[in-house]
Parts: sequence; C-alpha cells; structure tokens
Amino acid sequence: MRTLSTRPLRLGAGAGYSGDRIAPAVDLAERGGLDYLVFECLAERTIALAQLERSRDPESGFDPLLRERMQAVLAPCVRNGTRIITNMGAAHPMAAGREIIRVARELGLQRLKVCVVHGDDVLAQLSGRDLRILETGEPLAALGDSLLSANAYLGAAPLVQALAQGADVVVTGRVADPALYLAPLVHEFGWDMDDWEKLGQGTLVGHLLECAGQITGGYFADPGFRDVPDLAALGFPIAEVHRDGRATITKLPDTGGCVTVDTCIAQLLYEVEDPGRYLQPDVVADFSGVRVAQAGTDRVELEGARGYARPDCLKVTVGYRGGFVGEGQVSYAGPGAQARGQLALDVLRQRLDDAGIRILDSRYELIGVDAIHGPGLSAGYQPYEVRARVACRVPTRHEAQRVANEVEAMYLNGPASGGGIAKTVREVIAGVSVLIPREWVRTGVTTMEL
Amino acid sequence: MLLRHIAHTRTGDKGNTSVISVIAYDRRNYPVIERLLSAERVRAFYAGIVHGAVQRYELPQLGALNFVLHDALGGGVTRSLALDAHGKCLSSALLAMPIPDEFVPLPGTHKTSP
Repeated sequence: MRTLSTRPLRLGAGAGYSGDRIAPAVDLAERGGLDYLVFECLAERTIALAQLERSRDPESGFDPLLRERMQAVLAPCVRNGTRIITNMGAAHPMAAGREIIRVARELGLQRLKVCVVHGDDVLAQLSGRDLRILETGEPLAALGDSLLSANAYLGAAPLVQALAQGADVVVTGRVADPALYLAPLVHEFGWDMDDWEKLGQGTLVGHLLECAGQITGGYFADPGFRDVPDLAALGFPIAEVHRDGRATITKLPDTGGCVTVDTCIAQLLYEVEDPGRYLQPDVVADFSGVRVAQAGTDRVELEGARGYARPDCLKVTVGYRGGFVGEGQVSYAGPGAQARGQLALDVLRQRLDDAGIRILDSRYELIGVDAIHGPGLSAGYQPYEVRARVACRVPTRHEAQRVANEVEAMYLNGPASGGGIAKTVREVIAGVSVLIPREWVRTGVTTMEL
Repeated sequence: MLLRHIAHTRTGDKGNTSVISVIAYDRRNYPVIERLLSAERVRAFYAGIVHGAVQRYELPQLGALNFVLHDALGGGVTRSLALDAHGKCLSSALLAMPIPDEFVPLPGTHKTSP
C-alpha cells in the first residue's frame, strides 16, 4: 500500500496561459524543491484553433510551445523528482505525449513515463442530440457544419489515475483548470472524491495558482498606488499545501514580484462569478468564507474554503467557424487629429455601407478617444493623436479583405495626413458552451515510456 | 478622493459576462465601498457598455465586492470586434469614481497621489 504524504506538498505554477513566459518555470524546476510543476495552457478557444491545425497536419494539434517548454524543464524536473502535469495536449494529447518522449530522448534522459489522459473530446457524442447553447438558448444543431470541436471539462479523477500509474508527466486536453492542481493533492493525501470540503480547498489552491504570475504581482502594478518590486523578473507562485487543506502561497527568493494579501484576494475573485458557488466538475466550491493572512514576506496563508456535492452535468466548450473579420487602422496627429480621424470613420462607414458587403457586426472608433470604453466614459478629452479603427465581421474572407482594403484606401482617398495604416484579415473561431450528462464522457489513460 | 485611493480592481471574463472585483486596501474601508458601490450604481457607471443585469456579491472578511455584469462584452469574447475583447480595461475605469465627502474613509487608510 502506498504511503500517504504527511508533510506539506509543494506545487508550482509553470504557466498561466498558452504563450506564458518560460524562464520563471525553469527557475521553479531548478530550485523550487517542488513535488509538482503544473502548466495550464488552454484558453476557451485554444482547442478549436488547435483542431484546425490538426486538420492540416495529423501529428499536430497540441500546444505550440510544448517542445520548447519540455526542452527547458524536463531535465531539471527529472533530476529533482518533480512531476509535471499539463493540459498542453490541447486537441491532440496523444501526439503531445509522443512529442514529450521525443524531447526526452533528444535530451539523453534515461527513462521517462508519460501518461496521456483522453476522453475530453466529445464531438462525436454530441451529434444528433437535442442540446441548447448555454449563452443564447439556441439549439446547438443550428451551428450545422461550422462545428469544429467539442471538449468537456474533465475533473481530477483521470489525472489521479495517471499519477497512480507512476507518471512523471501527465498530459491532457480540456480539464477544468483547478483540477490540474487538485489531482496531485487527491493523489498524495488520499482525499476521497466525495470529501466535498477537501475538494473545495484543493480547488481553491488550483484557482489561486492557475494564472501563474497573476498572484505574484503580475497584472497588479499601478505606479504610486500598487508598486510591484522588480516586475521584470517576476517569479511564478508556489503553494505549500497541508493534508488538511490549509495552504500558503509563496514564491522563490531572489525573484521579482510580491505575494501579498491584496495579490491573493485579486486572484481569489478572478473570473469567479458567485464566490459561494464556483462550479467545477468535481465539486461546487465555496470561497465565500475564505480567510487570507500575511504570514511573512511573500508568504500568504489561506483557509476556510468549503465545498458541496459536484454538479450532475459537465460543461462542454464548443468551437465553431464564425465568419471572418476585416480590420484596418490609420493614425492622425497634430491639430485637428480627432476631427480628421472622425471624418475618416464617417467616410469609411458610408463606403462600406454602399459596397454590398454583408456586414454582420461592425465597430467604428478612435483609438486614444473612445475605442475602449465608448463615448460615455471618454467624453471631454482631446488627444494629440488618434488612430481610427474599423472592424467588421462578415461571412467570407473576400468580404473581409474588401473591408480592410477600404481602410487602406484612406491614404489617397481619406482626410489629410493619415499614416501608419495597418490591415488584417482573420477567421473567427468562436466558442459557446453546452451542458451534457457526465455519463456521456468516457475517459482513459495511455502510458508511453522512454 | 477617488475610489482609486482606497481600493484596487481586477476584471475577468466568462463568455459575454464581465466579472469585476473591488478590493479595499484596508479592510476597515469595506463599509465605504459597500455603501458607494451598489449594483445599480455600477450598472449606471457602465451605461452603454453593460446591457444586462448586474449582481453584487459581498465578501466583508476580504474587504471585497464581486460584481457580475451580464451582456457586457459585445456578444462574447470569442466573437467580439472590440479592441479589448475581454473587457480587461473595464475595472480601471471604475477607480475614477469619486467618493463623496460623507463616505470619507478612516484617517490613514487611503493612498495619496504620487
């Protein structure tokens, strides 16, 4: 029988999004004294984009930085006995597993066990079902053949299974972000999957770490009000978690940033709608009674999270093709800049309205004036320079190209002295959600060994 | 005095919903933000941006309020044409809200302008 851990477990955050910085993860791998290093790399749309990639190349579809990250952290993690958990498998966890084995071989590692968790891809299970889109109430079937991907948010259970099989690296596709951190706590402390209070506490730890640097002083600085020391050298967070669920958030000495009650509360509430009911696949977590206390420099203690029985359904993110966007921008500066920018917008609106383009949605705005918060909050300011921006969503790439070209034509056909024109055309990969019974999802673990 | 002198804010997003937390630097100022920022006041502040309901969740032990703003992100982050599709900048706008004299925080609990 496996002995359960009695000392605090050390979990580190190696990434908070797909493109996150790699150097702080390497620092944690080398001198963090970590039991686990976790990389959370999937935003809402990432899998749909990865699915498109996979349709072009059958052995792709995983995180574009997987190779670079593994090259940087595999050797120190193996040397220090730190296990890696990541959702960098995106739309193709099996291919990600094979890539990790290839990198390990190239690095000259002697042995490595990679466990791939699959089962989140439920696109096939959705066909022919009567499901409603959560955001709009419309039938899912209305999206027709624009559907690209459907991935259920898995809970911690299949990851715990992978850890029990001795994985050095666990790689998954879509998993609820906090579950990436909950899994090692359940595995090491032997928590029951119906111990809702413990699962609530573990979910809190996961939620605090899942955005990496956002709890150590990233996305926090406001000079003169919230000064963050050495933001350029921002370190990523570590959680020391006790068997009873209490946790301390900290970071490595000699890294930049800070861990304070304020940085922790900001992350605690981040993207949580009702703090008393944070819906997860494994538990309904309750953060409403959490207490936060500074326990030293860059050390904050949290306790008091609770939990209730898990929901019956799992959330599924559905990715679909949502048309194209054509966009263009042009700058005006000096006296009358705003008036010339406004004239450019007026001219463009008239030309595009008369062009026979099927415009589904559009924005005409002046960056530097009203692009971010609209006319209400921005009233009464006069800028030195403005950048006129037009963006239209249209059904086809060709129409998007025409929108962008009309903005470019501001050089010879618009107000005086416009400059620095940029134009872009991109496909919209949109996302919506549906709920499905958890019985529809069959998860599995595949082991690959070097 | 502005909200900025006694609190900080952060925005998150879920689909077409924006979530804005307001956190008092000093928990003793929680009653000030609780009184200043009703759900109705926040909805009025974001007039023209927020088209749905606004809910407020209270966390006195953290000195914080959490606001959920429905129909606030131009139809949803993944399709929105907005430059700031996630609405990340929404929370900093709120910091410009003036604190009326009768709500004045306790001495020594607010930050002064640099």
